[in-house]
Amino acid sequence: MNPILEVKGLTMDFGGIRALDHLDLHVNQGEIVALIGPNGAGKTTFFNCLTGLYKPTAGDLLLTPPGGRTRRLGGLKPNHVTRQGLARTFQNIRLFPNMTVLENVMIGRHCRTRAKVLGAIFRDRRTRQEEREIVALSISILEELGLADMINEFAKNLPYGAQRRLEIARALATEPLILLLDEPAAGMNPQETRELDELICRIRDKGLSILLIEHDMKLVMSLSDHIFVMDYGRKIADGTPEEIRTNPAVIKAYLGEDVDDA
Amino acid sequence: MLSFKDFGRACVVALWFMVLTFPLMVIKVNPIDRVITWRWHNMVWVGVGSFLCYLASRAWQIHRDARLRRIRLGQEEEKEPLSRRILQNPSIYRPLLAAGALFFLAFPGLFSTYQTNIMITALMYVVLGLGLNIVVGVAGLLDLGYVAFYAVGAYAYALLNLHFGLGFWTVLPIGGLLAATFGILLGFPVLRLRGDYLAIVTLGFGEIIRLILENWNEFSHGPSGISNIPRPGFFGIQMSLDQSITYLYYLMIGMVLFTIFVVNRLQNSRIGRAWFALREDEIACQAMGIDKTRTKLTAFALGATWAGMVGVIFAAKTTFVNPASFTFLESAIILCIVVLGGMGSIVGVIIAALVLILLPEYLRAFSEYRMLVFGAVLVIMMVFRPQGIVANIRKTYRVEEG
Repeated sequence: MNPILEVKGLTMDFGGIRALDHLDLHVNQGEIVALIGPNGAGKTTFFNCLTGLYKPTAGDLLLTPPGGRTRRLGGLKPNHVTRQGLARTFQNIRLFPNMTVLENVMIGRHCRTRAKVLGAIFRDRRTRQEEREIVALSISILEELGLADMINEFAKNLPYGAQRRLEIARALATEPLILLLDEPAAGMNPQETRELDELICRIRDKGLSILLIEHDMKLVMSLSDHIFVMDYGRKIADGTPEEIRTNPAVIKAYLGEDVDDA
Repeated sequence: MLSFKDFGRACVVALWFMVLTFPLMVIKVNPIDRVITWRWHNMVWVGVGSFLCYLASRAWQIHRDARLRRIRLGQEEEKEPLSRRILQNPSIYRPLLAAGALFFLAFPGLFSTYQTNIMITALMYVVLGLGLNIVVGVAGLLDLGYVAFYAVGAYAYALLNLHFGLGFWTVLPIGGLLAATFGILLGFPVLRLRGDYLAIVTLGFGEIIRLILENWNEFSHGPSGISNIPRPGFFGIQMSLDQSITYLYYLMIGMVLFTIFVVNRLQNSRIGRAWFALREDEIACQAMGIDKTRTKLTAFALGATWAGMVGVIFAAKTTFVNPASFTFLESAIILCIVVLGGMGSIVGVIIAALVLILLPEYLRAFSEYRMLVFGAVLVIMMVFRPQGIVANIRKTYRVEEG
């Protein structure tokens, strides 16, 4: 099976500091892949490289849509990366606070629609049609995520858990191949985390691949098909949840070295 | 209710204002007769006035806090803001709109040519405000050099008419296009800047255009400007001064309606949403697949277009242009209109433009204090309604059943 996303030797330097050191990683079609590691391991930096917010120092980012040609993502601008089929959420929620819930999702349709200035002014048939499709699709996504009863609320007025879901809804509206979730369960209560678990499975079942950064080990272990562990910008282990649970390098990175063994 | 402490505070505020306005309101020097008049009665007025104003604002604050508390406790329903209630209820805003339309249509017949002239200026600022609103209010790009595009339009008409004899109606679209081009020219170097840095560069751009016009004599005739610019024609009919002002008035009304139509459609489109998203969060906006470069440039270009067209109309109205009309103060006034009206709100900007331009005219009764009153109105407005006259109103959608 060919991986849909392949990362080869990704390196990112900030001045003299190497934040990512020859990172290799892959995501297979329809898999939920988790990326874990202690704080400061470089997980979010990796996401930023992947989505074009940072330009990696070296390495290859290859995206292969099912049945399509492989494309290089390295060096593309963030909006082009999104167009290629990578959509993300942010660790600290970055919604458009003074826009309504529906508008937030409608923004996600931007890269899949085409209306230009003249279309906007004259509102020809195609533009009206496109606008109707944007609204209909956005509402259907919101219904699926249980946000349909608050579409006209300002995003800033939503409760925390709903804001997290709205971020996912907005990312889904871009029709991604891979959904990148940066700590989606951060700050959620156990009930909300369980709902998130179900939601991520539902999204996967629709054929999307998911790459998530997460600290909630229970969630990671129950969801993931494959786990990559990072520390100090390097990959220190990868495997199934069972393999990771017993991997000595992972235990060392998280809990420190056993004094008696040393 | 008001406590004893509030009265104490009010006294302090009154004293402070009396000291503050002392040189302006009390001392009057007559340099010819070499006498100083001490107008102590003015000080009393200032003191009593600020004392009462403070108490009134304090009472209002207490009332508001009490209501907010009741809302929080669930004892009272939250009221929709007045502006929203008006704008979202057709049975209220339709008659208002009709009355407004009738008033503006009948204006030149009801009032003198002088008044009509002032109204034309106010309408020009409505269009300028709506144009800058795209850049500052909607796309969130703080532009302090907007007057440069206004100058580009005005000089486009003046120079094209002088050298090539082009008429008003030919130059009107050319002025708009030229200003849009300048908008893109300004846009390219500032793509990476935001906030304060962007403001400084745009401020510089505005000054550069003005200084070029002032110093490049061969091109723009320098500070003496260009005169004898023809007024707008109407199929070659000869018009008296009064008639041509009336004509310009209706032309301006048409221009305002056209602007509202276009700007409204732009804001409620795919591009308008991208502008709003850019204002809200630039990084999230890019991550959602919006091309930041293109979105910023369209905002600059489409904002500048209106300034260019109003510039052409300005040149035709005054029949004379010189660089003194395009100082930073103009940019600041237009920015005031946008901020006072409410960022991104079309209705708010229209009201603010009319108020800000007409107020100083009708405050002439207060003669030397009119700018003081004007400033006080601005300060009070920003203290009590920082979000502007009409706050952010978003289009609402309904979920269709079935």
